[in-house]
Amino acid sequence: MRYLPHTDADRRAMLAAIGAKDVDSLFRDVPAAARLDQPVDLPAGLSEMAVERAFTRMAGHNLSAGCAPFFIGAGIYRHHVPATVDQLLTRGEFLTSYTPYQPEVSQGTLQYLFEFQSQVCLLTGMEVANASMYDGATACAEAAVMAARVTRKKKIILSGSLHPHYVETTATVTKHLGLELESLAPDPFGLEDLMGRVDSQTACVVVQNPGFFGGIRDLTQLADACHDVGALLVVAVTEPVSLGLITPPGAMGADIVVGEGQSLGMGLQFGGPGLGLFATRDKYVRQMPGRLCGQTVDQDGKRGFVLTLSTREQHIRREKATSNICTNSGLCALAFTMHLSLLGETGLTRLAKLNHANAVRLEQALRRVTGAKVISQSYFNEFSLYLGDEVDAADVVEKLAAMGILGGVAASRFYPHWPELRPVLLLAATETNTPDDMEALVSALNEVL
Amino acid sequence: MAEITTFSGNRGLHLEEPLIFEQGCPGRVGTDVDDCGPIDEDRLGGLARKGAIGLPDLSEPQVVRHYTRLSQKNYGIDSGFYPLGSCTMKHNPRLSEKMARLPGLADLHPFQPKSTVQGALQVIDTLTQWLKGLTGMPAVAMSPAAGAHGEWCGLMAIRAYHDDHGESHRTRVLVPESAHGTNPATAAMCGYTVDPVPATERGRVDVAALKAKLGPDVACIMVTNPNTCGLFEDEIVEIAQATHQAGAFFYCDGANYNAIVGRVKVADLGVDAMHINLHKTFSTPHGGGGPGAGPTVLSEKLAPYAPLPFVVHGKDGLELVEHAEQAPGAKPFGRVKGYHGQFGVFVRALAYILSMGSDGLRQASSDAVLNANYLLASLKDVLSASFDGPCMHECLFDDRFLKDTGVTTLDFAKMLIDEGFHPMTMYFPLVVHGALLMEPTETESKETLDGFIKVVRALAAKAKAGDADDFKAAPRLTPRRRLDETQAARQPVLRWKHGANAEK
Repeated sequence: MRYLPHTDADRRAMLAAIGAKDVDSLFRDVPAAARLDQPVDLPAGLSEMAVERAFTRMAGHNLSAGCAPFFIGAGIYRHHVPATVDQLLTRGEFLTSYTPYQPEVSQGTLQYLFEFQSQVCLLTGMEVANASMYDGATACAEAAVMAARVTRKKKIILSGSLHPHYVETTATVTKHLGLELESLAPDPFGLEDLMGRVDSQTACVVVQNPGFFGGIRDLTQLADACHDVGALLVVAVTEPVSLGLITPPGAMGADIVVGEGQSLGMGLQFGGPGLGLFATRDKYVRQMPGRLCGQTVDQDGKRGFVLTLSTREQHIRREKATSNICTNSGLCALAFTMHLSLLGETGLTRLAKLNHANAVRLEQALRRVTGAKVISQSYFNEFSLYLGDEVDAADVVEKLAAMGILGGVAASRFYPHWPELRPVLLLAATETNTPDDMEALVSALNEVL
Repeated sequence: MAEITTFSGNRGLHLEEPLIFEQGCPGRVGTDVDDCGPIDEDRLGGLARKGAIGLPDLSEPQVVRHYTRLSQKNYGIDSGFYPLGSCTMKHNPRLSEKMARLPGLADLHPFQPKSTVQGALQVIDTLTQWLKGLTGMPAVAMSPAAGAHGEWCGLMAIRAYHDDHGESHRTRVLVPESAHGTNPATAAMCGYTVDPVPATERGRVDVAALKAKLGPDVACIMVTNPNTCGLFEDEIVEIAQATHQAGAFFYCDGANYNAIVGRVKVADLGVDAMHINLHKTFSTPHGGGGPGAGPTVLSEKLAPYAPLPFVVHGKDGLELVEHAEQAPGAKPFGRVKGYHGQFGVFVRALAYILSMGSDGLRQASSDAVLNANYLLASLKDVLSASFDGPCMHECLFDDRFLKDTGVTTLDFAKMLIDEGFHPMTMYFPLVVHGALLMEPTETESKETLDGFIKVVRALAAKAKAGDADDFKAAPRLTPRRRLDETQAARQPVLRWKHGANAEK
């Protein structure tokens, strides 16, 4: 048992010091009928080598993204993460510390959280950001609840551009809170009328930019329409790299920006853990959920950092807290902030341009696919491809996979009840896609269709 | 020893480190990204970014040094003893990190076709089998992202059951006063009202008071077991029976599951739902406050209401159910987060579980309880133990031993920092005054515990000898001394702004 230091002699000496006959006697408060007198009937422990073998075998049953022409996005994006990020991330002082309850021995964590909050503000164009949440979907749900708290109104309008998992999570979170959810139909063509739905009962409108189907839109007028009736505009960003190239939600009048930070620093990891981004205006800071790190001074007058404004949180406010959240995604925030520090202004701007240029290149290449048509009028690094009236995109995805190509994701995977979306395929291109990948996709599509 | 000052402000290995924003130099890049030159903006919908973002430009060596220096200002389990009660700060095996980084597990997209991710689904399924086997529970919802998220998942399943059975009038939740703050906050998120249950002098739920509060409007009870005082609720079976007789469910907060893995199946205690903090019990890194994972085991009655998605065995291998109609009989209460759960955490937890095995997990909980009782026995004559033992995996003291010394629990904790230890949990649970909650975990050796005991005994003697000023001044040997939290809250500075964050 390589993780357990005690020898039998240690255990005997400790039991003697306690004055206990054996370890079993320490469990005497457990009702006798519930005590197990031997290990549960499951396999015994394995050596390091055996564990590696077991996982290598399981990993072998997967097709990893790096081994195929890969075009999947839909909220989780494949980017190149510099080696430096992961090497630094595994420093034990970061990896094995916990929530910085003792700030004198946690200045490392606190300073990077402060830097993270600052970077999120700059990217989103907002004034204040928290130290992260579970993921983009839960951050989105928390934003809807916060908007209701701020406005004291009940109607939450969810755009058809919003990631379906964000919609579903928000629906679950708000289910028993006495809120009214108005969830619009999926909107691949960008035709929905949000402004017409905003009224005096509206707490917030939640939109995604770039949208789930790829489209980018100017939200300025929508923001004005919300503010005219005292509602908030919540903008979700599932691809933070886009903020290197397009106008941030803060500059278009957003009141709350939420997002998924996975794109920077973290890799795919089958979609979890994620990194929930949450930013808002200064005036709403005391209504915000999640941890906040703030600057202060120590006893000697030196600059230092602490967790602050915790009177919003569950350990103080209990049932009156802004949220029940206790954990954040500290290590994911660290990965994000490290990647962004390596990129800087110059690198992020280049990366964003490269992503968009690759998506444009992919769109152009797809013109050679018979019968297919890109339906997104605008996009950053992901768009929707209409494959033809009779085509089932899910079927196409399977056939591509059989040819060793991970060729996007069918809209029907998210919207099984919308037959008109069956021919729609979501395709993403990032800096990781080569011209050869695109050629492989185009010729495979021509073969399959 | 005279105070040593330096010109740089550095103190040997303690290096001062400015904010990343204070070190940029426009034009540097820390990672290679091709510059593709001017691009066609036709497809940007007229929304190309106008101004600069304001991020600093740094080289790779600058970035490496920045984060290395920051890491050196942190105390982790790797640094030393971290007896933070109720947080289970046990050793984090590096094998788990290595497994989580295998490209065949790390480089997978959640929306790849299922035929290309059978191994990933196998990881989830295998972990599911272990969690069910260890707890004796028939089902587990894998997707909750943390303990509090798992609590919410459990209560949402309970609410879905009641709503489905015409029992929507059940809106009251009984929560002991000693509960973690997440419990009442979670109940509120489900639209429930919280009714606190007092504790007895023995540090346990007052069963008579609880029974008196049970009624036809009670949805569930939320009881932490072992509880936050580090004690096993010895009347738990009776509590569960009374709860069930009243038509309510028993939600068990599994925060302290590390004490009983392999020694008790929670199904035998009458539990209907319980979250398991994988980052605690199954040793995945706490990472400065996350990410965690909080899979929630469910009883037969609650199982149909488990949230989406989940893995099932299909005719062509493992399948991922993402919509209710894919699984006949399922009545999921919804989705709790994006994608398929904290997969990266699952891999690490499963690597730990396979390494330990059934025998090792039982030994681990036995040693965890042994270590806590050893601390209790070795310190109870100089500190004030709140309750008689035996304790489970953590032991609780209060501040009676500091009476009239002028030293507080906080001062005592800060003094431990100068001695090279991470302090215990302070001022929680709220049911005793000035709580000091110590959880040593099973991965600490007798020598480490003996070293800690020696220091705590010496500090207790020092406090009683009237050295309060020394305690008030602690810590003195850390990169920063006590921080002004009042100023932080009164004049919040929550981000860097050009020219606004310099030391005065």
